[in-house]
Amino acid sequence: MKPITEDAILVAEGLGKRVNTDEGSLDILHDVSFSVKAGEAVAIIGASGSGKSTLLGLLAGLDLPTAGRVKIDGRDLSHMNEDSRALFRGKHLGFVFQSFQLLPALNALENVMLPLELAGAADVRSRAANLLRRVGLGARLEHYPRTLSGGEQQRVAIARAFVSEPKLLFADEPTGNLDTVTGASIIELLFSLNRERGTTLVLVTHDAALGSRCNRWLEISAGRLTSDRAGVAAS
Amino acid sequence: MNIVRLALLMLWREWRAGEFRSLAAALVIAVAGVTTVSFFSDRVARTLDREANQLLGADLVVIADHKIPDDFHRHATALGLRYANNIQFPSMVVDGDKTQLVNVKAVSEGYPLRGKIRISRSGANAEMETSGIPESGTMWVAPRLLDLLGVGIGDKVDLGAMQFRVVATIVQESDNALDFMNVAPRVLINQSDVAASELIGVGSRVSYRLLLGGEQNAIANYRRWAETTLAPGERVEGVRDARPEVRTMLERAGRFLGLCSLMATILAAVAAGLAARRFAVRQLDQAAIMRCLGATQARLLGLYLVQQLMLGCIASLAGIAVGWLAQFGLARLLNNFAAVTLDLPGVIPAIQGLAIGLILVFGFTLPMIVRLRGVPTLRVIRREFGAIEPVSAATYVAGLTAFAAILFWRAGDSQLASYVLFGFLGGVVVCAVVAFALVALVARLRHTAQGPWRFGLANLKRHALNSVVQIIALGLGIMALLVLTLVQGDLLDGWRNKLPPDAPNRFVVGIQSNQAEAVIRFVRERGLDDFVLYPMVRGRLVSINGNAIRSANFADVRTKRLVDREFNLSYAKSARPDNAIVAGRWWSSVPSGVPEFSVEEWIAQELNIIPGDTLTFNVAGTPISARVSNIRKVDWDSFKVNFYVIATPGLLEAMPTSFVTSFYLAEKQEKILNDLVRTFPNLSVIDVAAIMTRFRAMTDQVSKAVQFVFLFTVLAGLIVLYAAISTTLDERIFESAIMRTVGASRRHLVTAQLAEFSALGFAAGLLGGVGASALAYALSRYVLHVPFTFNPTIILLGIAAGTVGVSIAGMLGMRGTLDRPPLDVIRALS
Repeated sequence: MKPITEDAILVAEGLGKRVNTDEGSLDILHDVSFSVKAGEAVAIIGASGSGKSTLLGLLAGLDLPTAGRVKIDGRDLSHMNEDSRALFRGKHLGFVFQSFQLLPALNALENVMLPLELAGAADVRSRAANLLRRVGLGARLEHYPRTLSGGEQQRVAIARAFVSEPKLLFADEPTGNLDTVTGASIIELLFSLNRERGTTLVLVTHDAALGSRCNRWLEISAGRLTSDRAGVAAS
Repeated sequence: MNIVRLALLMLWREWRAGEFRSLAAALVIAVAGVTTVSFFSDRVARTLDREANQLLGADLVVIADHKIPDDFHRHATALGLRYANNIQFPSMVVDGDKTQLVNVKAVSEGYPLRGKIRISRSGANAEMETSGIPESGTMWVAPRLLDLLGVGIGDKVDLGAMQFRVVATIVQESDNALDFMNVAPRVLINQSDVAASELIGVGSRVSYRLLLGGEQNAIANYRRWAETTLAPGERVEGVRDARPEVRTMLERAGRFLGLCSLMATILAAVAAGLAARRFAVRQLDQAAIMRCLGATQARLLGLYLVQQLMLGCIASLAGIAVGWLAQFGLARLLNNFAAVTLDLPGVIPAIQGLAIGLILVFGFTLPMIVRLRGVPTLRVIRREFGAIEPVSAATYVAGLTAFAAILFWRAGDSQLASYVLFGFLGGVVVCAVVAFALVALVARLRHTAQGPWRFGLANLKRHALNSVVQIIALGLGIMALLVLTLVQGDLLDGWRNKLPPDAPNRFVVGIQSNQAEAVIRFVRERGLDDFVLYPMVRGRLVSINGNAIRSANFADVRTKRLVDREFNLSYAKSARPDNAIVAGRWWSSVPSGVPEFSVEEWIAQELNIIPGDTLTFNVAGTPISARVSNIRKVDWDSFKVNFYVIATPGLLEAMPTSFVTSFYLAEKQEKILNDLVRTFPNLSVIDVAAIMTRFRAMTDQVSKAVQFVFLFTVLAGLIVLYAAISTTLDERIFESAIMRTVGASRRHLVTAQLAEFSALGFAAGLLGGVGASALAYALSRYVLHVPFTFNPTIILLGIAAGTVGVSIAGMLGMRGTLDRPPLDVIRALS
């Protein structure tokens, strides 16, 4: 395991998640500790049911741990209330989900504008349009999610994730719903934008090939962090 | 971004994408239905307020059933008030072989003190306002009298013992603006002609009026003085209490129409509830994503609140606009009710409409919004982590509270509102039980079905709760449609045809004692054998068991009036077969010498009279007392002569008596009556057929107005159908896509869906048909009092309409989805 460093943007300390089930309490995550430096691209890899999505939820402040804590940019998420975490997410974090999570009633442009609108930002329309052009959807600004292909929807989601210029981007199985070719182009886009903007990327996947594109691998098995090593990209 | 701007933006985006449409439509219909009626009522109320003193024709009026004592005139002069007299009574106008009952108003110089009379001396184009009165020997008449008698301006007609020349028609009479109660057309003559025409005798229903006008303080002083001076049979009316019967009647009509519009509101509330639920379910993901993207709970709550507020306001304003336009239609349909031009409606009904729209929207969505605020953000990663049921018990409680609030507010009568509310809730419970039973039955039937039918029917069972909600909502919609289209027409026809063909169609009143024998001889010589004269004595009830009766002791306006005016008393030896004795016994045919009274049931209830009580009447200044020996039930709708109080023979015989009769007159016998009136000019013949015609015309107008208002109910019913089907549409589309993925053919899916929709429609149609029949039974038994005839066609039509309608609507909703690639559908909905 790598030591927790002072210049880390993301720090997980002794993270644990226990849930109560009909059969008694169940530990989904157990004593997970690591840190991520700014600009790093980290893959969290594990089989289905290993606890990686739970970990992502805790890291992004979408859920609270039953043990340990998460610090982003030096701020402890456990010390914030739900609303403070929401504001923090809006300001510092970006998300790309497996199932895209676009709002069906909003067209591509409006979906990308939404985080800026919620944050009360200026130049909302032009910033969103520029980013959509950057992801190759300049001709489809007014299209609704239902009229876009899976790959196109994920491009809109990527544009939405980057539009608020987050420090940290969480991607949850971003190619899980896409065919291989489309998935590869999406990954290409994600990584190139990540490089351009110097964003720190935390990518959750079960796909070792995808994970190998990152600087670092964190492997999760049965709720425990079993390996933390440099990825192919780093080497 | 400003939260209001963002909320508006989100609302616009959602609207454009087709969200909110059924919720908005439900709100528009609810608000439009209610405001149509309240705008109309408001116009009537404003007109009555504005024209109050013109309707009264004065600032204050003293009204009496006898000649007004001179003291009233002297006091008016002392206070510097202007005054004018008028006398009103029914009489007959004769022209050759035609006669017509008219409403005579004999006026003195100075009439009217307030407002003006518009007359026409030659035709419609020569209207003029006048402050004069008809000269002696001339009359001004309502235009329809000219049509009824076939006479024109300048012709001469007989009224009583005098001949009058018709010199003008009355275009607008200030104090008769709302003339819907006047069956007989108005005739205006000079008061100096009353004596010469010999029109007033014993038993004449004469109303003497002293009109007063002047400075406000003097009027107030006069009123105070008059109220302490009034004798029985006298009353004063000021501007504020002008025409209370008109006000009460129009208010009642408004309330009735309001209740009809409430049907639309009830259904719209059901639609709003269904639509709000769909909205909340569809917003779950959106709320989670927005929270993920940085929206705080407060911001999310604010966003949804403002969004719903905007939606409520916009939809309500649209509903108000529709209501404002539609009330012109209602006013047109009810044009015979008010001869005056109604003022434009005010702003209050619009505010009420807005309030109802907002109560509906927040009643149903607020608890859901509060829950949406707390949707777990984790839902964006794993849907099952963020499972939340957006509709809680609080939703139903809040929705029901909103619904009850509107009901109590609009009905304006807590008892009535309670009946409607608990009737509705009871109905829903019964419907739910029946719907569950039907779903269970269908579930059993599925074992006998094959292939896709089996699958479709099983689907109903799998979504049992949803199916029940849909069956109830669809059933209510179908019930509203059936009541409007079939039941209402049947009921009204039954009511109109209630009277037997040989029911009396003529009344003759005002036959004096000294004329009775001559009148009987006159008609019998002409072949009318069953001509029975009933004696009529007028008297005022002064005490019950020695306790003086005063109108102030009674709260009900009708009872007050009853006590205030003179009763028509009669006397008879034996009981009439059409008057059933409900308490006590009729007196013996052998006179016992002890005087007794028989009292009609309704009046006995109003005045708390029971057998054994002693009543005292003042008849022409003489107190007449007797014990009540029985209470009678009278069918007033039979058009036969009946009396509130009948005495034993001997008690009233010495009192001033006139006679009255009713009989059936065939059309060809009309001449007999004309001759009768010519021979005895003081008699009044009331043509019941004419009353019935006018009554029917009014009934038709009311029923058209009701139908018009019910249009909103139909629209609301259709919205319920739409909302009920769309509430599970996403789920159905998703399931179809899954089915296609695993190999179901298009045909299989269409058949399965058809099976499910038609079973839903069948159950809803059955419920709607039975509900409509039950409503028809209640209306005929308790409201219209006509025999109920069960019509099985209603139920069959309900089932047919439900099965076909719901199948078509459902399949239309699903159209296109079967042609889309399953992955596309799944992706769009997951």
